[in-house]
Amino acid sequence: MAIMKVKDLSVDFSGVSVLKNLTIAMEKGQIISVIGPNGSGKSTLLKALSRNLKPDKGSVYLDDNNLAQLSAKFIARKMAVLPQSPEAPKDLTVRDLVEYGRYPHQSWWQGKSAQDDQCVDWALVQTGLEDMASRIVSTLSGGERQRVWIAMALAQKPEILLLDEPTTYLDICHQLEIMELLVAFNHEHSITVAMVLHDINHAARYSDCVVILRQGEVFAIGSPDEVITPHALRAVFGVESEIRMDNVGRPVVIITGLTKKRG
Amino acid sequence: MLSKKCFSYGNIRERGAWRALVLTIFTLLAVGGMILSLTKGALDISLNDIISAVFFDSSGANWQVIWNIRLPRTLVGALVGINLALAGAILQGVMKNPLADPHIIGISSGAGLAGVTIMILFPHKEYLVTPIAFVGAMASALFIYILAWRGGIRPIRIILAGVAVSAFLNSGISALMVFYSDRVHGALMWMVGGLSARSWPHLDIILPYTIVGGVLAILGARRLNLLNLGDDIARGLGLNVEVSRIAMTAVAALLAASAVSVVGLLGFVGLIVPHAARLLVGSDYRYLLPASAILGVAVVTLSDTLARVAFSPIEIPVGIIMAFVGAPFFLYLLRRDA
Repeated sequence: MAIMKVKDLSVDFSGVSVLKNLTIAMEKGQIISVIGPNGSGKSTLLKALSRNLKPDKGSVYLDDNNLAQLSAKFIARKMAVLPQSPEAPKDLTVRDLVEYGRYPHQSWWQGKSAQDDQCVDWALVQTGLEDMASRIVSTLSGGERQRVWIAMALAQKPEILLLDEPTTYLDICHQLEIMELLVAFNHEHSITVAMVLHDINHAARYSDCVVILRQGEVFAIGSPDEVITPHALRAVFGVESEIRMDNVGRPVVIITGLTKKRG
Repeated sequence: MLSKKCFSYGNIRERGAWRALVLTIFTLLAVGGMILSLTKGALDISLNDIISAVFFDSSGANWQVIWNIRLPRTLVGALVGINLALAGAILQGVMKNPLADPHIIGISSGAGLAGVTIMILFPHKEYLVTPIAFVGAMASALFIYILAWRGGIRPIRIILAGVAVSAFLNSGISALMVFYSDRVHGALMWMVGGLSARSWPHLDIILPYTIVGGVLAILGARRLNLLNLGDDIARGLGLNVEVSRIAMTAVAALLAASAVSVVGLLGFVGLIVPHAARLLVGSDYRYLLPASAILGVAVVTLSDTLARVAFSPIEIPVGIIMAFVGAPFFLYLLRRDA
């Protein structure tokens, strides 16, 4: 069953179409990665999914309901969003920030409930931050900070988590840490994860479904071994590559060079 | 304890105690400021006389001075402090800009032009200054809103529109002052902002705005906290970003317009008081708003007292004192924090 659907989605930026009639269905319980070269529209797609950008045409559906017709808080109880490199006020503690994740579950006349506290504790444990709860977020390392933002998203208790390049600016160890964390949430709590990724090998290694965008259109969609092919990489990224299989049967891309332009 | 670094401690319990301490000190300052404002002046009155005059006995010697001059003036000062400090704190959050204050949304220039026009062109209708200044303030805020609107409000567009509109209106003020240089004095005093001759009618004007605006501001505290995380994050958490931004700006506009139309263009409170409060209690609006409001009371009442006694019997407009004493203190806080 599709938890999120995009239908005929088009976005223009001052006359230039960035997304052209996209139609994508995201299956519940999967990890979906969107890859594509710079300017292919992948961040724009995520912004449209997270309501940070109004589509010029077409709609986004969450559980078969048109996103434009749902209340903001209702959406936030089902869907958590993590934009690229967010910034927190300088004096917030880890726990303060994660508590904001409970906002969609609170009404304006109520303070936080015992359940809110439980969810925050749970989110901190899931992300391994329980010992850092009273640290100031801005004093943490990049990888730790990203875990705090993910913890905030988890505290929302979402069914689907959207992330825009969650591993940008992190070293390789922290990149894998974040990816493994997301896989764990997906497996253990069946949270659907949809993310924009820069690294093709991360997409290949961790996703159930890969969407390749080219110039605002879906070039291919399917399982990693179906869509990540030398042909696709040549056509979309303009690079030559070899594909090997790793020990768990996932494709690994080895880039061998730029595709020579003809003529 | 105050020598400790400003607000940066991780330990949650220690932080709670720190906030409580700062709020207590602010409250003491505010109460002290109000008492000083009641007791000091051309005539020094003892606290006992004041208590008996206010609560028990309307026959005492100083009753007239206390009841008709000191008390309303002190209360107007306190409410103006609350309104401007809250407005500044809200706008700094909504615009995510440390320089945001009631100037930025055109409150001061709108009220300024409207008020100065009345004072200079229709000096015999001075009673109109307050209502017309209020209308001018709200009209110019609304105008800036409309100019900045394009499928939503972006802070940077408000700020730029605000700067342009303010420059435009201020040129009107300057022109009036140049053409009628013989009538400038009253207008000049009003442009600096002062509490002299403010009494019960002024309190009646400002009080409803303080109550309604204050309640709405506190109710909006969590929204302001979310806005400070950035639009993307706030939206992801289910905040209606555009609606919140417009609603909170409107609250700030009402708070500031009511204050400015009564006492003139007090510039300093709305910008510096929220910053000082933020440096000491942190950026969580659930604490920052009350802290700013209380500190606003303290700053205005203390400055007004000083304005009356420093060069007695000549009274200086409170706006001058506030900036003169407050700006260096703020710079001190700023240096210490860095």
